[in-house]
Amino acid sequence: MKIKESFGSKVFDIANIVFLLLLMLITLYPLWHVIMCSFSDSNALIGHTGTLWMPVDFSLSGYQAVFKNESVWNGFGVSVFVVIAGTALNILLTLITAYFLSKQDAILSRIVSYIVIFSMYFSAGLIPMYLVVRNVGLYNNIFALIIPNAINTFYVIIMRSSIQGVPDSLFESAELDGASHFTVVARIVAPLCMPTIAVLVLYYSVDHWNSWFNAMLYIRDRSKYPLQLFLREVAVANATLEMQDTDSTASAKETLKYALIVVSSLPVMCVYPFLQKYFVKGVMVGAVKG
Amino acid sequence: MKMKQDALTSNTLVCRTGLKSRLAKDFKKNSSLYLLAIPIIIYYVVFVIAPLCGTVIAFQNYSLTKGVFGSKFVGFKHFLDFFDSMYFFRVVKNTLVISITQILVEFPAPVILALLINEVKSKHYSRTVQTITYLPHFISLVVLCGIVRDFTASDGIIGSVVAAITGEDVNMLTQRGWFVPIYVLSGIWQGVGWGSIVYLAALTSLDASLYEAASLDGAGRWKQFVHVTIPGILPTVITMLIMRIGRMTSVGSEKILLLYNQNIYETADVISTFVYRKGMLEQNYGFSTAVGLFNSVINCAFLIAANYASKKINGTALW
Repeated sequence: MKIKESFGSKVFDIANIVFLLLLMLITLYPLWHVIMCSFSDSNALIGHTGTLWMPVDFSLSGYQAVFKNESVWNGFGVSVFVVIAGTALNILLTLITAYFLSKQDAILSRIVSYIVIFSMYFSAGLIPMYLVVRNVGLYNNIFALIIPNAINTFYVIIMRSSIQGVPDSLFESAELDGASHFTVVARIVAPLCMPTIAVLVLYYSVDHWNSWFNAMLYIRDRSKYPLQLFLREVAVANATLEMQDTDSTASAKETLKYALIVVSSLPVMCVYPFLQKYFVKGVMVGAVKG
Repeated sequence: MKMKQDALTSNTLVCRTGLKSRLAKDFKKNSSLYLLAIPIIIYYVVFVIAPLCGTVIAFQNYSLTKGVFGSKFVGFKHFLDFFDSMYFFRVVKNTLVISITQILVEFPAPVILALLINEVKSKHYSRTVQTITYLPHFISLVVLCGIVRDFTASDGIIGSVVAAITGEDVNMLTQRGWFVPIYVLSGIWQGVGWGSIVYLAALTSLDASLYEAASLDGAGRWKQFVHVTIPGILPTVITMLIMRIGRMTSVGSEKILLLYNQNIYETADVISTFVYRKGMLEQNYGFSTAVGLFNSVINCAFLIAANYASKKINGTALW
């Protein structure tokens, strides 16, 4: 049985499609603009105002400047290290915390869960955390970007709800077989919660890749800056990176900024469409249980 | 009577020894679990409990060289200084203005987007809309703010249009009036798609038979929308709204630090950025911690209230 669509309904459908089309355009245009700028010539770009649909005076000088820049390579290396080492530690600790918190019959576990809940409601603030990081000797150490935020409470909750989905009988039989908790985590929990772990790997690694604030707080040496801090200098503070080859890069100052934005966003942007399903799944788990 | 008393004392005795032996038993039984948890416990002691204890410097004339134990206690001096300063009103006002604007403008945006996507008939089209609108969520704040600065500069795409209308050729981010709109609108650009996921999930989990029943009863599309879709999404919206209100007094510093400048402190400086400047740039650790602690206490009160309200209304809570 198909009811004939009313006129108003049809008008709405068309208006809706047009509106969403505009929305997509507004979403994509700034990204497109940046990409086009990155392929333009610096001098031509300075003279240009308004929208940009195609590069002005196509040129790769921005990318050349980016790839020639030692700071950028350095920052890239630091960021990659933080993403890999940081995410590995994140996952390990998140898994253990979630498992530990799921064993509520142990007294210490209950105490820790109170601390976790408390930390969700109340934060000590910027300075006490900064002083702790200084006092444990992490100041100006690359591990300051990894260790102080090793456990994200919200991700622990996601992980815990996933662990709670593991049938109790599996834990019981493991216990009967004399498996230690370490074995249980490694051989039962981790394999069974792999989908959730995958989601958290994505979240943690994107968080690490995009983070800059901790680096600004805790890192002093430029040799230990992650990519985002160089990006901040170029794109936000409008400073120039120290160039080795001033002649060729000075002229690329304007496009270098855009090329750097593109290069730094590329890894996440390329990966995202293929993993969208998993990212979205994480939001759902977090929303239902969080 | 006597017997009762005996029973009572023996009972407390049992309790006392019970606690001790229970702890011992607990440790014995869970020793391997606790072994596994050692790194976790160290983490929470160092990076959660120690900073909490560190907030004591809010009551001290703290100096790095003297440390927590050597610095002099000054009571509530920093708090009173803050309340008396001209900054108190400014940062609290800005924090609330930004938050309330976000609740009024930024909060409904993903709800509306989800409702619109839900009405799209082509699966393919709605999936495309989702994929594209989720994209900006993954852009780093530094990049977002770089783009915002670029666009709102006097020769930028938005800046030049505004300049043409107002006749003033200036950078929008140096003008007080533009900060909140720029902050909130760029937030929508980045977050509207991602934010809609939760609502879309609520919509797709709605029972299709409800729509069937409604249409059998002669409800047209609009009636179905009003009587099935809206009630279906409302609990999620209310939960999210309560939680959002719970975060009313916490406006993060990261994005503002990337956007503001001295010219617009009047509208852009919030509590968290003030804490950052006082602490990290002026090294006024005690005072900065005091302001941060003040903010944390208020945040906490709002969160607890929101959580309580959410429990009462929807039966769901943060924890």
